[in-house]
Amino acid sequence: MVDVEELLKALADPTRAVILDELVEHTGQTLFEICNRLSSRHGINPSRQAISQHLQVLEAAGLVRSERSGRYKFHYVDTAPLLRITERWPNAGRQDSTREADGIGGTTDPGVPRAGALPASKGKKP
Amino acid sequence: MRINLASVLVSDQAKALEFYTTKLGFVKKNEVPMGEVSWLTVVSPEDPDGVELVLEPDSHPAVRPFLDALVADGIPFTSFAVADVQAEYERLVGLGVQFTQPPTAMGPVTTAVFDDTCGNLIQIAAMVQAPGE
Repeated sequence: MVDVEELLKALADPTRAVILDELVEHTGQTLFEICNRLSSRHGINPSRQAISQHLQVLEAAGLVRSERSGRYKFHYVDTAPLLRITERWPNAGRQDSTREADGIGGTTDPGVPRAGALPASKGKKP
Repeated sequence: MRINLASVLVSDQAKALEFYTTKLGFVKKNEVPMGEVSWLTVVSPEDPDGVELVLEPDSHPAVRPFLDALVADGIPFTSFAVADVQAEYERLVGLGVQFTQPPTAMGPVTTAVFDDTCGNLIQIAAMVQAPGE
């Protein structure tokens, strides 16, 4: 199991955060699609190798999983490990009284950063 | 000087001709037998005297590892222009064509990527807005 420090390190990079944003919008992307999304939507243009290394860091942290399907390799997002951050630092001292009032503990709030901040499934019409 | 040919390297010329004509809708322009293979080209019916696409045998030993590496990372070998990526995507999916990337807005263009079944990924693309608009 990945420790929380490794998770935080994986998140503490703006490019990796954007990769997660894009994979949350559409999970199951090739390296080519990820590179194009970063370049065309965010003006982020590192080399393909650099993106590949970012994906390896995210994979080591358990936030991205890559799967070979026939001749292609796809990358899938998995935000479940983020729960461990709020498990370690539950919402003690939190100002948000409504949360405490309805008894929701920190463990049910994954606090996924920016998930849903982007328009849902653009370009993925059925 | 002008560009009159572009090539894709295909694993099987007969299969490629079938795919590029019956699925993509190109038409055969030249087929000249040369021993075991042919000089085989197709053109777009929208531009029959335009650039010819050569369906070239991938028999050189360097080709397979090269194309396999591109395909694994989802990188298309070349790109064709279409009027409407979403409509073309739906038409091709209906014909059983497999996509590695559904239509996706990428800044000023919308793109999608499919498998030509002969060793290559191919991108289709359309400008979201015509230039100058």
